[in-house]
Amino acid sequence: MPRKRTTTTQADGANGARAKTRLPKGLKNSDLVDYYTRLVQARSLDERIWALNRQGKVPIAASSQGHEAAQLGSLLAAEKDGDCFLFPYYRDLALKVAAGLTPVQTMMSFMGKAGDPYSNGRQFPLQGADLPHKIIQISNVVAAGLTQSVGYALGCRMAGEKTVVLVYFGDGATSQGETHEAMNFASIHKLPVIFICENNRYAISTPKTSQMAIEEFADRASSYGFPGFTVDGMDLVACYEATREAIIHARSQGPVLLEMMVERFMSHTTDDDDSRYRPEGEVERARERDPVVTLARTLIDETILTQKQVDEIAAAVLKATDEATDIADASSPPDESGLHDMVYSP
Amino acid sequence: MAVKSVIEAVREAIREEMARDPKVFVIGEDVGIRGGVFLATLGLAEEFGYDRVIDAPLAEASIMGIALGAAFRGMRPIPEVQFSDFVWPSINQLIGEAARTCYGTNGALQVPMVIRMPYGGGIRGGLFHSQNVETHFFHTPGLKVVTPSTPYDAKGLLKSAIRDNNPVVFLEHKKTYRLVRGEVPDEEYTLPLGKADIKRTGSHITVVSYGLTLHYCLEAAEELAGEGIDVEVVDLRTLTPLDTETILESVKKTGKLAIVHEDNITGGVGAEIAALAAGQAFEYLDGPIMRVCGPDVPTMPFAQTLEDAYMPTADKIADGLRKLAAY
Repeated sequence: MPRKRTTTTQADGANGARAKTRLPKGLKNSDLVDYYTRLVQARSLDERIWALNRQGKVPIAASSQGHEAAQLGSLLAAEKDGDCFLFPYYRDLALKVAAGLTPVQTMMSFMGKAGDPYSNGRQFPLQGADLPHKIIQISNVVAAGLTQSVGYALGCRMAGEKTVVLVYFGDGATSQGETHEAMNFASIHKLPVIFICENNRYAISTPKTSQMAIEEFADRASSYGFPGFTVDGMDLVACYEATREAIIHARSQGPVLLEMMVERFMSHTTDDDDSRYRPEGEVERARERDPVVTLARTLIDETILTQKQVDEIAAAVLKATDEATDIADASSPPDESGLHDMVYSP
Repeated sequence: MAVKSVIEAVREAIREEMARDPKVFVIGEDVGIRGGVFLATLGLAEEFGYDRVIDAPLAEASIMGIALGAAFRGMRPIPEVQFSDFVWPSINQLIGEAARTCYGTNGALQVPMVIRMPYGGGIRGGLFHSQNVETHFFHTPGLKVVTPSTPYDAKGLLKSAIRDNNPVVFLEHKKTYRLVRGEVPDEEYTLPLGKADIKRTGSHITVVSYGLTLHYCLEAAEELAGEGIDVEVVDLRTLTPLDTETILESVKKTGKLAIVHEDNITGGVGAEIAALAAGQAFEYLDGPIMRVCGPDVPTMPFAQTLEDAYMPTADKIADGLRKLAAY
């Protein structure tokens, strides 16, 4: 894999023509409809969670709005491969939901209710482990998951498995020493790990220019001796194709770094106010490339879906979000008798 | 039954568990081709292959994080921290992540990992090759902490630690490695974590210790025996789980308690045991609870005079126990 910039999105035309995603190779129309539906569901839940925070029902949330194409494009490649394991980070709401969590489970987790599948209400939402969907995310300490993911890949190799590990992190994590240590070890041992940097150019408020003196983080891959690519992270198909190639490379030759350039549509978390540090109009401009809108337009333009079907998906998704909100809201929190459980494993 | 050193016992335990379970592997600095700087893993790479005795880059955070990730996959890693003083770069992976994994995943993930570390001073190691780090791990729920003092205990406890499904910090006092020798059975055996051992029975004073200072306590007890003071010496063996039952039974029998450790006195293991006895054996105590511990300076210094001044010795312990016996 030569180092290259990867995108399938056509640039916006001077006459106001909007960006459009081309159809991918090797996918069925039904895959795209499926992923579009998951994308819309994740966005719907994400928006609702933010609203529920303002109502005092969700203590904290980190939105993945603007990151969804990177998350779902890579997930699509992982699911098509069938033998991948995921180490997401805290902004991967859409990834975790799309990987198979139900809307009810999602809402249970965000409201800290009993039955939260990640940690049973012990951790921040969608944090812990969702092993049925091959997901581990232990903590909020950025880059801690990178070395763990490399160890997981090592364990898989020892067990005689060919599993490829996808580990996700933001651009903030690129500054951590463990990012270096993880990449170095993975390269020495040619472990099948794909490092996916969702680069939205902000570590909370700290801009990219205060985090690194190079243009593209992907350039660092060459110093470890493995390929790195900068990908248009607003383009689900580009992220799918880059990840698909990376999986093939990783399994046979070792690690790959994918830097997916994304946009953060919301503040860092529900506790943050990004108007304090983001230039006016920046988010609005970014939203012109909203992956939900872009993919819908493509599906309609390519006559895979009609506008009516797009509307029907939106209605069904909203209904699922409404129902999940009500069910989770009415359900019980964990019993306090469980405080001391699971400090140790039997 | 052969007489062996602590380091030989440690090596035997690792070797036997690696032969027993293909999921067990070692990762650390210089553990493979060198066999470890203390030779704890001597010959293991040749016997089990360099895929199971991994010479890691000199980067403790990733040694710990990679071992932890492999444990998530069901392996049984034994990361070696070359000196306990070097654990700090990896402390997030150990205290921040490994200790919280079971709780934070509601039991979905286990961490069957043994973190081995040579620790402690009295060997002219100065500030960065002598550290007592046990209190930090003793304070952390989710970790088990093992502190053997003899070859027999080291082997039996290490085998149990490797078979345990939790992160176990296994602290080997480096001065005991070759200094302390003892009989080790030829046949297979394990010792349970969480069970203290009464190394010397007595009726006048209970002394609780572990690791190197346990031996100094035994020396002091012998000295005092000649003066008519009958000292019971309790070897904790494991700090977590703490064998409160054995401690309390002994205190109730003798009515006097001293705790001896090399680690800094303030907020240490001794403070916790003192609180335990004060809370649950108050009516039985007929003297103040005494601690003979390392002073509150950042590790024993390099110069011989200063190191000697720091270390709890048999003489210092005996002096303390005489005062306690006089009550």
